[in-house]
Amino acid sequence: MENNVLSYLDAIVKRVPDKVAYANEKEGYTFAQVYEQSHSIGTYIHEKGLYRKPVVVFMEKHPKTIIAFLGVITSGCFYVPIDEEMPQSRIDLILENCKAELIICDENTKKKAETFHYQGEICLYDEIIKTPEDAKALDVIRKNALDIDPIYIVFTSGSTGVPKGVVACHRSVIDYIEQLSEVLQFNEDTVFANQTPLYFDACLKEIYPTLKFGATTYIVPKSLFMFPAKLVEFLNEHKVNTICWVVSALTMISAFGTFQMVKPEYLKTIAFGSEVFPIKQYRIWREALPEASFVNLYGPTEGTGMCCYYRLERELQENEPIPIGRPFQNTEILLLDEENKLANEGEICIRGTAVTLGYYNNPQKTSEAFVQNPLNTAYPEIIYRTGDIGKYNEYGELVFVSRKDYQIKHMGHRIELGEIEANVNTIEEIKLCCCVYDGEKGKIVLYYVGNITSRELVTKLKSMLPRYMIPNHVEQLEEMPFTANGKINRVLLKNMYKGEKKNGRN
Amino acid sequence: MEEIRSTLLEILEGLHPDEDFENCTELVDGKVLDSFDIVTLISDINDEFDVVISADKIVPENFNSLDALCELISSLMDED
Repeated sequence: MENNVLSYLDAIVKRVPDKVAYANEKEGYTFAQVYEQSHSIGTYIHEKGLYRKPVVVFMEKHPKTIIAFLGVITSGCFYVPIDEEMPQSRIDLILENCKAELIICDENTKKKAETFHYQGEICLYDEIIKTPEDAKALDVIRKNALDIDPIYIVFTSGSTGVPKGVVACHRSVIDYIEQLSEVLQFNEDTVFANQTPLYFDACLKEIYPTLKFGATTYIVPKSLFMFPAKLVEFLNEHKVNTICWVVSALTMISAFGTFQMVKPEYLKTIAFGSEVFPIKQYRIWREALPEASFVNLYGPTEGTGMCCYYRLERELQENEPIPIGRPFQNTEILLLDEENKLANEGEICIRGTAVTLGYYNNPQKTSEAFVQNPLNTAYPEIIYRTGDIGKYNEYGELVFVSRKDYQIKHMGHRIELGEIEANVNTIEEIKLCCCVYDGEKGKIVLYYVGNITSRELVTKLKSMLPRYMIPNHVEQLEEMPFTANGKINRVLLKNMYKGEKKNGRN
Repeated sequence: MEEIRSTLLEILEGLHPDEDFENCTELVDGKVLDSFDIVTLISDINDEFDVVISADKIVPENFNSLDALCELISSLMDED
């Protein structure tokens, strides 16, 4: 039985060493190169004396970044990917949380890494891949590997203003890759185009099936997601047949009549998730690619990537949300009501190997969401409470209903409005603030009271929050509206924004 | 044209109140606008000017400056 994701690489490098595994628009890396470079990186980390420790990968989106992940795993450590565009204050919070002793950089990120509040070592990818492999040492590391040991930590938005590090183990990732591959029918001819950032769990869908099957993944340049026709041309140029993208990336193509100009000629499998796919946009896709299979995926980072899927086969009503369907095999979804009893509508709770290990160095947040299965009082069994409300429809399919709290999905990113507010509140001039989300328009709206212009406010926020968390509309108020029990009146603020939109610009 | 310009400026400043849109000629190449912004911008332009920007017009050249965007919108309005 596989107990480490590297088993995929060991097997495939013997079968197709010269095939390209990971590529971008300029260059590709074969499985043999991936193997050699990751073994050099693994040896380097081992020789630094690090074992079963977090190692930060701070690199631009590039095939090398993926190889760096594999190198970290090869050393028996686990990787912590950090977005190169993330503001420094947030990176400092992450470094403080995971207490890493080594950061792997590329030429372009090294300068920035040197400015971090960080005492550990910084090394350069291009340098450490020159390390001669110590095969014997790496062999011992593999022999001692356990599948419950961590493979990565990825950081997700936290409502108190501090990001939470979700830590997953090898067994969860292997389980996910096996189930996902079966559902989406990946094979050695699969050609992926990766859209999702490498610093989230979303990219697991491409990274590991590529190793499992000897497939190929092309990293799509970020700038192409602004220009739909060029994006489709990229897919055609590389004969891409499989994409697993966030909904907003798919909508970008369909909403502007791109298919009247150019169609993806090789695309057979389109998986999407993270947000609700508007039926109208889905139909445009279906019409352009009637033979392709479309699969909706659902799952939180805490459930290792995705845990539910829905194959779009029956006709859907105009206003019917696309179901999230059913869990992958070896995963169970429990809908628990407020009394922790099974219900037709309730909080979506995940049971199975997919449940990750918890939040790194954060026992309090972990114990709130990773809890004993209330239906089992006989032995310890952890389930993950997603905070999402779901229900079964008349076909017995799972459907997402809403959130229990102020977490939103914005352009494929999971964001706690509380994290934005917490950061705004650290700005000296701010007296009060409140963030609301207009789901229809997809806009984060920030209202604030305080002696600062919206321009200055946004400038400051950009040094604290990642770009996707910056409010799309910022407005100063004389005073904040309150409800009868003294809370900020979010409903009123939300309606206020919608009213403004209707009456034209203010 | 002036009217288009000022409305457009308002939309752009709504996206990034901290940027100088009057003078920037590298909105795309200089990474001032990202893909989220472009999508928002296109839908706002659609709402505000009642013109549809089709995929063949969504190219970097048309989005790099306020002037280029103004020209794009006025050419689309003339087509109606």
